[in-house]
Amino acid sequence: MPDLRELYQELILEHSKSPRNYRRLAQANRKAEGYNPLCGDHFTVYVQTSGDAIHDISFQGSGCAISKASASMMTQSLKGKTTQEARELFEHFHRTVTGEKNGESAQLGKLSVFAGVAEFPTRVKCATLAWHTLEAALQGKQDPISTE
Amino acid sequence: MTKLLRMPSNPGQAVAHEITLGFDVERVRADFPILQTKIHGHNLVYLDNAATSQKPKAAIAAITRYYERDNANIHRGVHYLSERATAEFEAARKTVQMFLNAPYPAEIVFVRGATEAINLVAQTYGRATVSAGDEVVITALEHHSNIVPWQMLCEEKGAMLRIVPINDDGDLILEELDRLLGPRTKIVAVSHVSNALGTVNAITDIVQRSHAKNIPVLIDGAQAAPRLTVDVQKLGCDFYAFSGHKAYGPTGIGILYGKSDLLEAMPPYQGGGDMIRSVTFEKTIYNKIPHKFEAGTPDMSGAVGLNAALKYLNRLGMDNIAAHEAELLAYATDAISRIPGIRVIGTAKEKAGVLSFVMEGVHPHDIGTILDQEGIAIRTGHHCAQPVMERFGVDATARVSLGLYNTKQEIDALVRGIHNIRKVFA
Repeated sequence: MPDLRELYQELILEHSKSPRNYRRLAQANRKAEGYNPLCGDHFTVYVQTSGDAIHDISFQGSGCAISKASASMMTQSLKGKTTQEARELFEHFHRTVTGEKNGESAQLGKLSVFAGVAEFPTRVKCATLAWHTLEAALQGKQDPISTE
Repeated sequence: MTKLLRMPSNPGQAVAHEITLGFDVERVRADFPILQTKIHGHNLVYLDNAATSQKPKAAIAAITRYYERDNANIHRGVHYLSERATAEFEAARKTVQMFLNAPYPAEIVFVRGATEAINLVAQTYGRATVSAGDEVVITALEHHSNIVPWQMLCEEKGAMLRIVPINDDGDLILEELDRLLGPRTKIVAVSHVSNALGTVNAITDIVQRSHAKNIPVLIDGAQAAPRLTVDVQKLGCDFYAFSGHKAYGPTGIGILYGKSDLLEAMPPYQGGGDMIRSVTFEKTIYNKIPHKFEAGTPDMSGAVGLNAALKYLNRLGMDNIAAHEAELLAYATDAISRIPGIRVIGTAKEKAGVLSFVMEGVHPHDIGTILDQEGIAIRTGHHCAQPVMERFGVDATARVSLGLYNTKQEIDALVRGIHNIRKVFA
């Protein structure tokens, strides 16, 4: 039986209550909107890149504890990374929350608190919404992306 | 092609009007096998009935019996089984007719669900009567299925969609309806019971106001049919739509009731077998109602299952079911309103079966996941009613929706579960 405490880790709850980098980024040169039509979660992710580096990143929007904490911790962990590193991190993150891979904590760092999501398949989309939105922003997509 | 349609000769197939005194929920629960299921080690507390209801043994058994004993294609074979399947199918129509108190069985059209019923009316009656500059009136508390078909029609025809607003309680502002009904209004479409708020709309009143201006009215009865006694003659509506699966019947089957004069004047919906009287390459003559609207082989086992489900509801008595749910709704509303930080969305004067709420600091999605761990199934999200969410300034709500088998103990479990959410998020 999945354990709620595995899902709602203290760090996740803390980030959902006081999300980091929760603001509009005036200097952003990339931006995308992400939307989960099933539950109404929607976020905008702002990225300021210089060359291949993510100089600054922020988000705004509304969603559940999982999606908000995920967006918050994503912005925290990506500042200063290259866009390629960001993509690789998303891949690790995705495989962890879908249960394809255990551990990987060395690469994921704090993001490994989301490993518990794998026991709650209906919440995978919550955990990955901000990341999909980031991907769209980096690809320069104009239309809002959707989890469906 | 000649077609002999034989109605069942046995009137015993029709609804048995048994009188049930009182309502023994424990006895009723034994009729629903799924209620024995354990979810994460807990008893299932199923409070998502507005999405779909669970099925009584009687309906499940009827479907099995149909496939084991009666299955053949209807309305065409001369062989014995085809006759028997046809009789079963038409007996279901008769049961639905009586369930809605429609004047004639021919006014009952089998469709896939309430959504298809509304689309049928929009695509036939709507396309034939709505022209550029005309108006279709709906309300601010409709499910997407009673918005989008009309929006599509209006877009195609260059017509206008007009919306009757709701107040902060979730009641329709009927004075605004009077203002919206004009010489260009071609149809009014309104839900009987709101799926997101539980509001019971004053249908008789709405129909009278619309008919005073010769405007027909379609009622989306998806949430009302399983909860209230529906009498289309008393309501006076021109069309009434509902889904079998929300009324304790199987998925894949639904009903459109239409007044016979309207149905007869309407063009057909889909073309195909069974909806025709004769076909040549020059001209096709359509079948009479309701078959004109039932192209192709229908969901025969679905109709049989729905027949059994509606007979089951009749045995319990819709008035008893309504009273039971009203008592539970009052009990749940009182208990949930007392929890600090809870805001109930939808406080209409008359409500049925649905309790939507939001909780300060906790997103509905998290409420849903945490309750699920205790075996409590509720719906969270926008409930296919995004304009309603927007009206109340929320992205989503947690929605508890009642069924005839729910108990006060289950509501108590729900309330305990909501208190536990506070602990997780403390």
